[in-house]
Amino acid sequence: MKIMVAIKRVIDYAVKIRVKPDKTGVVTQNVKMSMNPFCEIALEEALRIRESGLASEVVAVTMGPSQCLDTLRTGLAMGADRGIHVESTSALHPLHVAKILRNLVENEKPSLIILGKQAIDDDCNQTGQMVAGLLNWPQGTFASKVVLDKEKEEVTVDREVDDGIETVQLNLPAVITTDLRLNQPRYATLPNIMKAKSKPIKKFTPQELNVEIKPDLEIVEVTEPPKRKAGVMVSSVDELIHKLKNEAKVI
Amino acid sequence: MLKFRSIFSKSKSNNLFLLRSLTKSSTSPADAFSYSQNAFSFSKHSSLPAPASVSRVPLSRSFATDSEARDSIEYDVVVVGAGPAGLSAAIRLKQLCHQKGADLSVCVVEKGAEVGAHIISGNVFEPRALDELLPQWKQEEAPINTPVSSDKFWFLTKNRAISLPSPFHNKGNYVISLSQLVRWLGAKAEELGVEIYPGFAASEILYDANNKVIGIGTNDMGIAKDGSKKENFQPGVEVKGRITLLAEGCRGSLSEKIMGKYNLKEKGGAQHQTYALGIKEVWEIDEKKHQPGAVVHTLGWPLDHKTYGGSFLYHMKDNQISIGFVVALNYQNPFMNPYEEFQKFKHHPAIRPYLEGGTVIQYGARTLNEGGFQSIPYPVFPGGAIIGCSAGFLNVPKIKGTHTAMKSGMLAAEVTFGVLNEGLDMDMYWNALRNSWIWDELYKARNYRPAFEYGLIPGLALSGLEHYLLRGKHPFTLKHGKADHEATNAAQLHSPIHYPKADGVLSFDVPTSLHRSNTNHEHDQPPHLRLRDPKIPETVNLPVYAAPESRYCPARVYEYVADEHNQLKLQINAQNCLHCKACDIKDPKQNIEWTVPEGGGGPGYSVM
Repeated sequence: MKIMVAIKRVIDYAVKIRVKPDKTGVVTQNVKMSMNPFCEIALEEALRIRESGLASEVVAVTMGPSQCLDTLRTGLAMGADRGIHVESTSALHPLHVAKILRNLVENEKPSLIILGKQAIDDDCNQTGQMVAGLLNWPQGTFASKVVLDKEKEEVTVDREVDDGIETVQLNLPAVITTDLRLNQPRYATLPNIMKAKSKPIKKFTPQELNVEIKPDLEIVEVTEPPKRKAGVMVSSVDELIHKLKNEAKVI
Repeated sequence: MLKFRSIFSKSKSNNLFLLRSLTKSSTSPADAFSYSQNAFSFSKHSSLPAPASVSRVPLSRSFATDSEARDSIEYDVVVVGAGPAGLSAAIRLKQLCHQKGADLSVCVVEKGAEVGAHIISGNVFEPRALDELLPQWKQEEAPINTPVSSDKFWFLTKNRAISLPSPFHNKGNYVISLSQLVRWLGAKAEELGVEIYPGFAASEILYDANNKVIGIGTNDMGIAKDGSKKENFQPGVEVKGRITLLAEGCRGSLSEKIMGKYNLKEKGGAQHQTYALGIKEVWEIDEKKHQPGAVVHTLGWPLDHKTYGGSFLYHMKDNQISIGFVVALNYQNPFMNPYEEFQKFKHHPAIRPYLEGGTVIQYGARTLNEGGFQSIPYPVFPGGAIIGCSAGFLNVPKIKGTHTAMKSGMLAAEVTFGVLNEGLDMDMYWNALRNSWIWDELYKARNYRPAFEYGLIPGLALSGLEHYLLRGKHPFTLKHGKADHEATNAAQLHSPIHYPKADGVLSFDVPTSLHRSNTNHEHDQPPHLRLRDPKIPETVNLPVYAAPESRYCPARVYEYVADEHNQLKLQINAQNCLHCKACDIKDPKQNIEWTVPEGGGGPGYSVM
């Protein structure tokens, strides 16, 4: 059984973000990039399934400019068997990514696609759901527990929802997106980083996969959130109501 | 294809033919616990509760089951630290291999998550060593493109800036970001076949049965705060080398151990090393105020006559400036707060106009050597050598150490090549240093700093004399005063210094600044700042010295917090650490030991 994992190269979570002076986006020059934390969790889950004997191969897929190869190599160093790099210098939105993944699935035929629930740069939380929709596969999103039953070709997923935990049972092939508490990703060790240098990476372009990258979203403006104003101490409930009514105008 | 000689004690393949990729690899180990910037309201920059008292935690090695053999990888040369010295050594080694048709495997381990992540410096760069190492640096687009255009030197009083003749000769030098230059050097090294592994911290030295150094061991990863193994535990790796070069920068943790073990200071007839703490910000300023290549140094306010230090303001490109403040760590007043002095300094009427209307991009801090010639230890030990600031080649009056660090790396590489290919002796490195321009330069500069032991005015007077008349040509060599940690007076001899509150525009509080350093560590790991005696903070530091560590640490790692009995107890916020080593240097009883945390943690400098 093959598992495909989609991983994204994003600005490292510890970096202090700055908005570009022209407000078209965020400064990415000279800024540290890393694998999206939820994608690390997705890859870790795939590796654990393979190590338990239920899968034979884990393929890591990444899309973007040539620097994405660094992220892909990290994924291979964690333990993925093969890598696929879909090279594109234009901005890729979730629908593009989902279409490319769908077309890759036709060749690779995995039984499970695991993705992070969202990327920490755009916070879209859309790609996994779109892939499932395009493929007409069942989806288990916000997974905090994944249990695979290979014989019955089912996967049971605990989902973290607003009300608590929802458990769903999906027939394979299926799409799973991972949430924070699913697992703790492993470190890439030095010997594994060295071994990863010789693992195969296949390159594609979106055109080769019959996907046209036509932007259907336009970013109009990016601004920093407004600075928090200092709080004000009030001396009585009446004063609070007065302020809420007349100054903040919320009641 | 270059054959990669390695022996994995547990792997299946023994001879790996590796295709050297020409792309830069910035692999970093997956962080154990990653938080989405939005999904989690975990504020990493505020003071975090840590165990109230940190007892002495043994070396992480003993937590790995000793029965579990660690993977072992062998190279010809292992370099600890991908900084100017380490990378220059690695590059020089590969150049010699290509020249002479030899083949040596070179591995550089670096504790930062990327090459350049832990590099911070002024920096007015003298290209002397780079011209020797990579003469085509301009054609190869090294990030060196802002020549020094003006050189000012001011003596500051509270309200005025008095222009003095500049003691520096910066013509032909460049204003750069050293972090950017080191990243470029890293790419050059990888092109030549050097293997660089960022995210791996060398935490111990490996010895053979004859006490010869045979390499280093990296940290175990995935150990919890209480010492137990987490589910993603990975034992460290032994990286063995026929020669090991330590290039950890100022006050390197392994270098200090080696110097102690082999008595290298006595062997070199050296005095103790003395240090300063440099705190720096990079600002993006109003382009009308930006003068690329402008260099300003100041002395005087806000420091008093007994405290050596001053500021720098360098204009880089792209409307960015580096502004920083350096305070010698032999200051006497335990209430001194170098960070707050820096914040105060930025309000001076001659300085604030540059900053008004600008924004801070990055913040950081690092200690630097001030011992110069008198403090150079014997740099060779059985099995390797110490290069760069770990030994200490910074030219204090010039306030430049990059060129000498690089040259020391190159000399070590040349001797190492001789050792491995022609059976020469590593001790020849000492001779090579003494016959080089490093020695010449440091000898001439040797008396500037020690003269300030007598005060600011005598120091300036001697500096003038040195600069215009003597130029180092005198028979005497002044000695350093007390060691930095011994210089701190008891708190009762001084009164607290009142520092103005941060205004949020020109000056900032520590947590805000710290956030701009992009620093972070995996929080669930044993604290890397170890107390040799856990009782000393509350029995000595607090009552006698009024807890100086809560003031000199530029990252607010050390805080005294009241516990449930209303007793003040030391709290160590190890996650904030900037790896500056000030605490290791300045703690009055030398009770704080800085050890290296899990690789990949620490600051994330990119334009510093």
